[in-house]
Amino acid sequence: MNGAPPVAASGLLFNSAPLHALVLGLVVVSLCMGVAAWSIWYERKFAARMQNRPGPTEVGPWGLLQPIADGLKMLQKEDIVPAAVDRPLFELAPLLVVVASLGTLAVIPWGDGLVIADLHIGVLFALALSSLMLLPVWMAGWASNNKYALLGGMRAIAQGVSYEIPLLLAATVPIVLAGSFRLGDIVEAQAGLRWFALWPPGPGAVAFVLFFMASLAEANRIPFDIPEAESELVAGVTVEYTGMKFGMFYLAEYLHTLIASAIAATLFLGGWDMGPLGAGVHWMVLKTLVLFAVIFWIRWSWLRLRADQLMALSWRWLVPLGLVLVMASATWVVLA
Amino acid sequence: MLQAVIFYLLAIATVLSGLAVITRRNPIASAVSLVVTFFFLAALYVMLGAHFVAVTQVLVYAGAVMVLFVFVIMLLNLRGTDPRELPDLAPRGLVGLAVAGFIGMGLVVSIDALRLVDMGPVADDFGTIQQVGTIIFDGTYLLPFEVASALLTVAMVGAVVLAKREI
Repeated sequence: MNGAPPVAASGLLFNSAPLHALVLGLVVVSLCMGVAAWSIWYERKFAARMQNRPGPTEVGPWGLLQPIADGLKMLQKEDIVPAAVDRPLFELAPLLVVVASLGTLAVIPWGDGLVIADLHIGVLFALALSSLMLLPVWMAGWASNNKYALLGGMRAIAQGVSYEIPLLLAATVPIVLAGSFRLGDIVEAQAGLRWFALWPPGPGAVAFVLFFMASLAEANRIPFDIPEAESELVAGVTVEYTGMKFGMFYLAEYLHTLIASAIAATLFLGGWDMGPLGAGVHWMVLKTLVLFAVIFWIRWSWLRLRADQLMALSWRWLVPLGLVLVMASATWVVLA
Repeated sequence: MLQAVIFYLLAIATVLSGLAVITRRNPIASAVSLVVTFFFLAALYVMLGAHFVAVTQVLVYAGAVMVLFVFVIMLLNLRGTDPRELPDLAPRGLVGLAVAGFIGMGLVVSIDALRLVDMGPVADDFGTIQQVGTIIFDGTYLLPFEVASALLTVAMVGAVVLAKREI
C-alpha cells in the first residue's frame, strides 16, 4: 500500500496547486476547443478527398478559415425554441454536453507533470465523466418533445449503457498491468516502448481494439452512431436545436472524440513517452491526433450498424471478451 | 472556515435537490434532480477525503439513473398518459413519512452510538483504492460485502423473472 496523497504534488508549473490547475486548465481547454473546431475542417477535407471531391476551398487558403465562418454563421442564426419543449432541460442540455466532455481533460497527462490534476483515481474519473455525456444527450432528446429526438435519446441510452461495460473492462487491463489508477503511473509503466497495446502480446492488443471500439460507441461515431442516424432520425437528439445550441452539440461530439483518443493514447500507447526517441508533449499530441484521424477514416469507410446488431455485438461478444481479457491480464501479472 | 462554508453550501444543495426529487410531479424532472443530488453527495464525499467513493457514486448512479429514465418512458408510453397527469400519491405519502421517520431514527441512534469524538486527521492513504480494497477484502468486511453482492444478484434475477414471463 503506498501512502500517496490524492494529487501528486511534484512537477507543478507554479508553487501553488490551484494556480497550476487554473493556468494549465485554461491552456489545455482553449487548445482542445481549437483543435476540435479545426478538426471539423479536417474531417470535411478528409471526407471530400475520400469521395474524390475538393471539400471546403473558399474561406482562406485550402478553406482553412472555414471553422471561423461556420462559427460566425451559427452565432448569427435565430435561436428558435419550439413552444412545446421542456424549457429548463432544453436550455441546459447543450451547456452540459460541452462541460461533461471538457471535465475529462482535468486528468489527462500531456507530459511529465503536465497534468491539471493527477488524481489517484484518474482512470475512473475520466470514464465517469465521459459516461456522463449521455445525460445531456438524453435530456436534449426528451426535452425537445419531438419523436425523432426522443428516439435518438432512447438509442443513446441503450447504446451508452451497453458499451460502457466493455469500455470499463478494456480500461481495467492497463490498470491491472500497471497496478495503478493514476494515469501518470500508467504512462510510466509503459516506459521504453512497452506499450500495453503491444506488451504483453495478446490481451493488451485486443483490449486496445476493444477500448477503441467502445470509445467510438460512447462518442456516437460511425459505425455506432444510431442516436443521430440521419437517414432514420433526421438529426437525432439535435433535431430541434438551432444556431449556437446546435453548434455546442456539434463541438462536443468532436471534443469527446478527441478526448477519447487522448485517453486511449495514454492507456495503451504509452502517452508522452516514446522510448529511445525521447519523451515530451509532442509525442502525446501526435499519438492523440493519429488516433483521431483513424476515427475519421473509420467513419468514411464503414457502414452504420443496425440498432439490434449493435446491442448483440456488445452483449454477446464484447462484454464476454472484456471479462476474458481482464482475467488474462490478471493471470499475466500474477505469473510474470 | 472556508471548508465549513463549502460544506454547508453543498449540504443545503443536497437537501434541496433531494426534496426536488420527491416533490416534482414530472418523473423526468424528478430523475434529473436525483442526478443533481448524487453529484452534491459525491462532492461531500470528496470533502471527506473519500475520492474513490465519490467517483464510484457518479459512475454507478449516472448509469443507474439512465436506466431509470428508460423505464419511466416505457411505463408512461404503455399507459399513453402525460407524465404530469399521474394519480395523486398524497395518501401514500403518510406511510412513506412514517417509514422515513423510522429509518431516520435508526440513523440517529446508530450515529449517536458511535460517540463521535475528534479522532484527529486521517492517514495519507485514506480513501485511496488500495485502502478501500484492503478493508473490503482482508476479512474485516468481506462477509457483509459478499452478502450485499449476493443480495443484488438475487434482486436482479428476481426482476428478470418478474419482467419476462417466458425466459
